[in-house]
Amino acid sequence: MTAGNGVVFTVVVASFLVAALLAVVPLPEWLQWARPEWVALTLLYWCLALPHRVGIFTALLLGVLVDALEGAVLGQNAFSLTVLALCALLVYQRLRVFSLWQQCGVVFVVIGLHQLIGQWVQNLEGAGARSLLFLLPALSSALLWPVVLQVLRSVRRYYRIA
Amino acid sequence: MVSLIAADLRYNKLENGRAILDTLVAPVIWVADIPARLVEWQDTHIRSRGRLLEDNGRLQRENLLLQGRSLQMASLQAENTRLRGLLNSTAMLRNDVLVAELIGVSPDPMRHQLVLNKGSTEGVYVGQPLIDADGLMGQVVEVGEVTSRVLLLTDLTHSVPVQVNRNGVRAIAEGTGSLDALEVQHISATTDIREGDLLVSSGLGGRFPVGYPIAEVVLVQRDPGQAFARVLARPTAALNRSRHVLLVFTNATEEAAPTQDLP
Repeated sequence: MTAGNGVVFTVVVASFLVAALLAVVPLPEWLQWARPEWVALTLLYWCLALPHRVGIFTALLLGVLVDALEGAVLGQNAFSLTVLALCALLVYQRLRVFSLWQQCGVVFVVIGLHQLIGQWVQNLEGAGARSLLFLLPALSSALLWPVVLQVLRSVRRYYRIA
Repeated sequence: MVSLIAADLRYNKLENGRAILDTLVAPVIWVADIPARLVEWQDTHIRSRGRLLEDNGRLQRENLLLQGRSLQMASLQAENTRLRGLLNSTAMLRNDVLVAELIGVSPDPMRHQLVLNKGSTEGVYVGQPLIDADGLMGQVVEVGEVTSRVLLLTDLTHSVPVQVNRNGVRAIAEGTGSLDALEVQHISATTDIREGDLLVSSGLGGRFPVGYPIAEVVLVQRDPGQAFARVLARPTAALNRSRHVLLVFTNATEEAAPTQDLP
């Protein structure tokens, strides 16, 4: 038996809330550049697991909220998360059968793309990074993907969401 | 999407929308701040008697020192007013302040922004200057219902008009994206500016009040091949340490406030 719409909605929203919290929790200075893109990772997982429920519209809405949360230009994260969701929806069938380290590689690429778009918008504002350090989150996100996958998968199975 | 980015970046059309969104995401920022608040609570509530006594002694000494220094304040202030009257210039006005607490910092290291726990309900407005005990920190750029977002002096997109306290040379100090450096722009090679000079706000531009310390010059490089000297200054305010900060209400806006209330 699978869970009802209400449960699915609650679980997905709760996971995004936790991701948003992790995205703004203060970190020590040396870790700041490598902060994993928690919201993007969570979105990626739900796009792979529930592509018929979570998609581009969710990404757009989520992106605007993340922009407000981070004080970014409105539309920066909305844009990059939409592109991320689009990528995920295009290849989710292949991604599901990939081995874990292959998935990590794909995560590295799409989060890197997400960061590049973010940089591009920030440069319009004149606040772009002066070094390639802004790509570090792609690496840390890829390394943390197995953890995110395991946690969200067990949550999904616990609530029998399909 | 592109139009959303353009609308926010170029035309500032979305201020109301941003204020609503800020209010919406305020709880997330509040919750994310809980660990820091716990540490602070533990710091103030769980303390050894010895440390309290030590703190008490230190504060009493400090208080005595400050009282001693302010003894002549009244007479100096009177003299200042009289001299200003002689010079036909307007009287210096004292500014009101509001104590605010920092509840969040921008997760993006390239964006030097803080989130404060005071918003439009407390009368915070866009453009309001923010100071701490040691100097100017930045200005408010977004106001939500119960929070507001502050752009620090050191952000890449921020500039502040300054003058050298020693001789009144005026300049513009730009943020560099690094928390401990401002770059003073367009200083010609012959300008009298030295390492160790204190830069204070000049009040030009009408946004920041006059006379708040901003930065101390730490590097002056005069290269004959360049049109301008390279001048770096270190902000006096503890930009990455202050948790309790002051929002300054400048008098210009207090006078302007009643007219806004008229229908």
